[in-house]
Amino acid sequence: MSVLLEVNGISVSFDGFKAINNLSFSISNRELRAIIGPNGAGKTTFMDIVTGKTKPDEGTVLWGEKNLSLLRMSEAQIVEAGISRKFQKPTLIETQTVFENLLLSLKKSRNPLSTLFYKLSIADEKEINIIANEVNLTESLSVLAGQLSHGQKQWLEIGMLLAQKPDLLLIDEPAAGMTAPERKKTVELLKRLSQSQSVIVVEHDMEFIKSLECRVTVLHDGGVIAEGSLDYVSQNEKVIDVYLGR
Amino acid sequence: MKKDFLSHIDKRNSFFWVSSIVILFTLIIILLSEAYGLNLVSTSFTKVLGKTLCLCIVALAMDLVWGYCGILSLGHFAFFGLGGYMIGMWLMFERTKNIVVESTQNNVLPLTEIEISEAVGTQIFGVVGGAEIPLIWSFADSLLIHVVLILLVPGVLAYIFGWLAFRSRVTGVYLSILTQAMTLALSLYLFQNDSGLRGNNGLSGLQNIPNLDDFSQAELSIWFLVLSALTLIFTYYVCNLIVNSKLGNIITGIRDNETRVRFLGYKVESYKLFIFVITAIISGVAGALYYPQAGIINPAELAPIASIYLAVWVAIGGRGYLYGALIGAAFVSLASSYFTGGQIPNINFGVFTLKWVDWWVVILGLSFVITTLYAPKGIGGLIERIFRRN
Amino acid sequence: MNSFLKLIFQLFFVLIFSNPLYASESNNLEKVLNNNFKLIIKSSSRTIEPVIEDLLSTKSPNLEEFLKSWRNKELYYVKKSKLIAILKQKNSNGYELLQFSNKTSLGFFKKKEIKVIKPNSGVRSKISNALIGFQLLNDDPKVRSKSLETLTRKFNSKYLIPLKNALEKENNPDLKKRMSELLVFGTIKYSQNEDEKISSLNSLRGNMSIEARGTIASLLESKLYVSNKMPNLPNLARNIIPGNSYKNADGSSNKPFFYFNKKPEISRSEAIDLLIKNNFLKDYITPSRRDEILKQNISNSHIEGIPVKQLNSSEERNNAYNLLVKSGKAIPLKSDKEIDDLIKGHFFYAVYKEKSPKVINTAKLVFNDINYKVNFYEYLDLILDGLSLASIYFLGAIGLAITFGVMRVINMAHGEFIMIGAYTGYVVQLFIPNHTISLLVAFPLAFLVTFLGGVAMERLVIRHLYRNPLDTLLATFGISIALQQIAKNIFGTQARPLTSPEWLDGALVVNDVLSISLIRIAIFVLGLIFLVLLLLVMNKTRLGLETKAVTQNPMMASSMGINPDRINMLTFGFGSGIAGIAGVAIGLFSKVTSELGADYIVQSFMTVVVGGVGNIWGTLAGATMIGMLQKFIEWFNPSNTLAAQTYMIIFIILFIQFRPKGIMALKGRAAED
Repeated sequence: MSVLLEVNGISVSFDGFKAINNLSFSISNRELRAIIGPNGAGKTTFMDIVTGKTKPDEGTVLWGEKNLSLLRMSEAQIVEAGISRKFQKPTLIETQTVFENLLLSLKKSRNPLSTLFYKLSIADEKEINIIANEVNLTESLSVLAGQLSHGQKQWLEIGMLLAQKPDLLLIDEPAAGMTAPERKKTVELLKRLSQSQSVIVVEHDMEFIKSLECRVTVLHDGGVIAEGSLDYVSQNEKVIDVYLGR
Repeated sequence: MKKDFLSHIDKRNSFFWVSSIVILFTLIIILLSEAYGLNLVSTSFTKVLGKTLCLCIVALAMDLVWGYCGILSLGHFAFFGLGGYMIGMWLMFERTKNIVVESTQNNVLPLTEIEISEAVGTQIFGVVGGAEIPLIWSFADSLLIHVVLILLVPGVLAYIFGWLAFRSRVTGVYLSILTQAMTLALSLYLFQNDSGLRGNNGLSGLQNIPNLDDFSQAELSIWFLVLSALTLIFTYYVCNLIVNSKLGNIITGIRDNETRVRFLGYKVESYKLFIFVITAIISGVAGALYYPQAGIINPAELAPIASIYLAVWVAIGGRGYLYGALIGAAFVSLASSYFTGGQIPNINFGVFTLKWVDWWVVILGLSFVITTLYAPKGIGGLIERIFRRN
Repeated sequence: MNSFLKLIFQLFFVLIFSNPLYASESNNLEKVLNNNFKLIIKSSSRTIEPVIEDLLSTKSPNLEEFLKSWRNKELYYVKKSKLIAILKQKNSNGYELLQFSNKTSLGFFKKKEIKVIKPNSGVRSKISNALIGFQLLNDDPKVRSKSLETLTRKFNSKYLIPLKNALEKENNPDLKKRMSELLVFGTIKYSQNEDEKISSLNSLRGNMSIEARGTIASLLESKLYVSNKMPNLPNLARNIIPGNSYKNADGSSNKPFFYFNKKPEISRSEAIDLLIKNNFLKDYITPSRRDEILKQNISNSHIEGIPVKQLNSSEERNNAYNLLVKSGKAIPLKSDKEIDDLIKGHFFYAVYKEKSPKVINTAKLVFNDINYKVNFYEYLDLILDGLSLASIYFLGAIGLAITFGVMRVINMAHGEFIMIGAYTGYVVQLFIPNHTISLLVAFPLAFLVTFLGGVAMERLVIRHLYRNPLDTLLATFGISIALQQIAKNIFGTQARPLTSPEWLDGALVVNDVLSISLIRIAIFVLGLIFLVLLLLVMNKTRLGLETKAVTQNPMMASSMGINPDRINMLTFGFGSGIAGIAGVAIGLFSKVTSELGADYIVQSFMTVVVGGVGNIWGTLAGATMIGMLQKFIEWFNPSNTLAAQTYMIIFIILFIQFRPKGIMALKGRAAED
């Protein structure tokens, strides 16, 4: 399997506080990966760096077969390169309907003039319906996103990622606010997704991680302290000390 | 069915209603006008109405950039003024030139180009102690070029400013303050005598249209009213098209959750710039129609306060509703000229006499606070609520 | 014939005795009086000077008395004996006269035998001038001081020696200083002695007084010439290339690559005028002359067959004129190239009025030396100016910065709180006439008034709009226009005075170039006091710490038991209160009008934006930068303060590109939205 994303020795500090400290990380094509770690371990900052929101002080972030450096790209360019992100707090356009949220996410030309003259085609409508079906929102297409329940919002956001057809999905705490059956469905969805694209999931819920049955990376103080299967890292003394507890 | 999915579609067909009302209104005024009708509406009042239509146009632009795209620009009246200056330069130059040529008909030798330009220069720039025609007036003898400049100058200024501001991700109140600073810089620049635009004297005599001396002011006022009305309808059409397209979804998305739109892969900066420039151009056009009706333009018109008043109109009318912006601009600007015009009798409370001329601005300011507090969606929001109930 | 011989003799006499060497052999006063008798009794201001010179050269001890009596019309002459005398007494016997030179009595005369010498006013002033030398030696220092003043006004070469003599004898240190200064200036201007001039010039090194600079500059004055030969003069000031070279202050020239806002010393048309004036260019037909000739040759609305109506461009007119030339009715035009060649073929230059190259070089050296020092102090003045402007901006902006930092709320009515503060100061002065006391009352009162205003505004309006900062901006704008109009309704549109106490009126004079007005110092000190006070409040009090906590993380702060509502209210009141105090300070040096606040508000916003949010040091840095920048741009283009503001704002917009969050930006998660 070829490497899709390779992060090498990145560090970033805010006013002297090292949020990420010489972190290296890589993920292959069509791999499902979970990242765990205590609060302040640098999980969100790591995602910020990959998606271009934060620029690291040093290190490299290389992407895809052509080894493009993501550090020189804007957020929008990174999205176009194929990395999509779900935020920890559901981030939707709350004043617009579910349908519109999905419509905006479809992989289409993103320049102002073509959006001005865009006409909704039957194919696009169909695609939106398929995605809505996948995230259980078919019934709610005409509902304003702001009126959805927390779990539905999470799903809508995942649906919006799907619509973008990315090569890599960064998913921050997907299970929060979901009922048990919803979680189960989410796990299935993520597993299915990882057959065609790579997925990185950040989650606190150990049950959820366990059910993903994937490789786990443990972050602490801005660096990787262990990597491997969940069983393997659970044995690690350091992981137990800083995260799992005895 | 599809309409339910889309929150942005023009459900009430507002374009039809707005254009019908504007056309009807214009026809009624023509019917009552001094020049072509029953002589019940004076020329000066026709001009007031024509100017109000222009203010409606710039209010549409403001609503698009602020109400829909969330950029509280305190600079769009500056673009409006720039449009006025661009048309004013041609009007003033051409007319002065005509006068110069006419008055020297009886000279022994016919004037050379240089002598004409010297005479025109002295006529126009004598007040600021100059005689030479500044470089920026190079094309003042061409109406065509100046019509292009009406679009180009506000557009390019908006492009440069917007490119700088949006690129550095300045948002919210920061951005508002920067636009205000831009406006202040522009008006201060125009205030100085060597700006090449006659300093605080501004440009005057703009109501006289060169080469149209056969038409009376009464007739011209009607023609400008019609032109303003048509431009308003066209602008409404364009704005309506924008807000009801996918582009409309994106810009309101930027207003409500910029991060999400950016992480959907849209270059938020380009969208903001697009809207900023389009609305600046619309404002410029509105200004170019306004000032020939007003007759005079000076740098005070471009002061930051004017742009803030523009925001006030749109807020009172209702941001995010195109027709709301129209109602706000028409209502507040007409009311302001009515109350400060001195025609209303003062109210005597015994110890205190309420002079409308003095207290209107206070009332306007406070009612504006109340609108922001209790009716943030303005008049448009109230209308929308009534419709929904039915 | 007799009288002619006498005149010759007189002239000869004058020539010999005006020679100082000869004069030193004690010339007898009486002799001179005799010789000049006619000129004295019938004097005119044109002929009197040589006589006075002669008299002065006698160095007679009676000279001063003589000149005084002469001026005061107390001298007589006896018609018969042609003796000059003064009146001793007048009684029934007639007039008793004393011969002036030896004071011996000449006896009694009848009125018609004698005559009073009445010099006219021109002569009297000449005599007075001559007297100054004596007055400088007077025993009374007041007389000396007064005559020194007179001398300063009408100094010329004649006074150099008397002044030098007086200086040697002077013992009053103050007068001595003034005399030596005058001597130095006089020597530089009028002395013929090269060494003396050079040493005087050197003594002025570093002297920044206007007189010193003016004196040296007068030495470096130069006159324009044009010639067809290369000038070879020892006192050549500069060569001039028309349209291309610039004059320096010391009289030299240079050809800079870029010169801001400055025109070349002479333009092409001025060069043409100079050539014409010096006869190097003859028969030059200017365009207006050409047109005149054309007009004179119109017949039947045609000139040489060309219809007049066609002559609407310069080329057409030239063509018609050339036809006139062909038919011999006019002299030919000169082409631009001919003129250019002519200008190139001649030398334009300037020559110093001073002849001696040594003196010129010293003068240049000293002049540039002084200018260097003057420039230094001007820069210092500029920096101090910038600092005081910065203090004003700091005072205006700090309240805004605090409220913006803590609450993320832009208070558009902040300027109106400044205005309210200023009006409070004005009203207090109406009740308390003593300016010092009223000021002491006004500061706390202004704080109180605006603090309460701020608290009320926070409670009634801002509290309800926290979720949308843009709405706050609008609502506070509504309050701003309402407050402005209310002030206009109450106090009228004309400016109200807020007078500063007398002890703030003066200035601290450092030297001739640099003086700092006390009010500027006071504002600066006030700014400093504010800075210290705020730092103390923010770092040492509970309110300050709580405020900081809310600034950095409102959620966390409220979960730690800090009541953000209370903090917000107090902060807003506090920020507004500071605006009130700033208003009193600003009102002291600018007129109090309802627009006072509006004039400062944009700069205050800029200060906050440039400085960075929620940081006192940031505001300080922002204010300093903007204040300095504004003064610097104004200095660069002093004719145009409006343009200076424009450029400053453009600079700020560009600055934001590089530091979008200001100079002192918060970083990390706390900085987000």
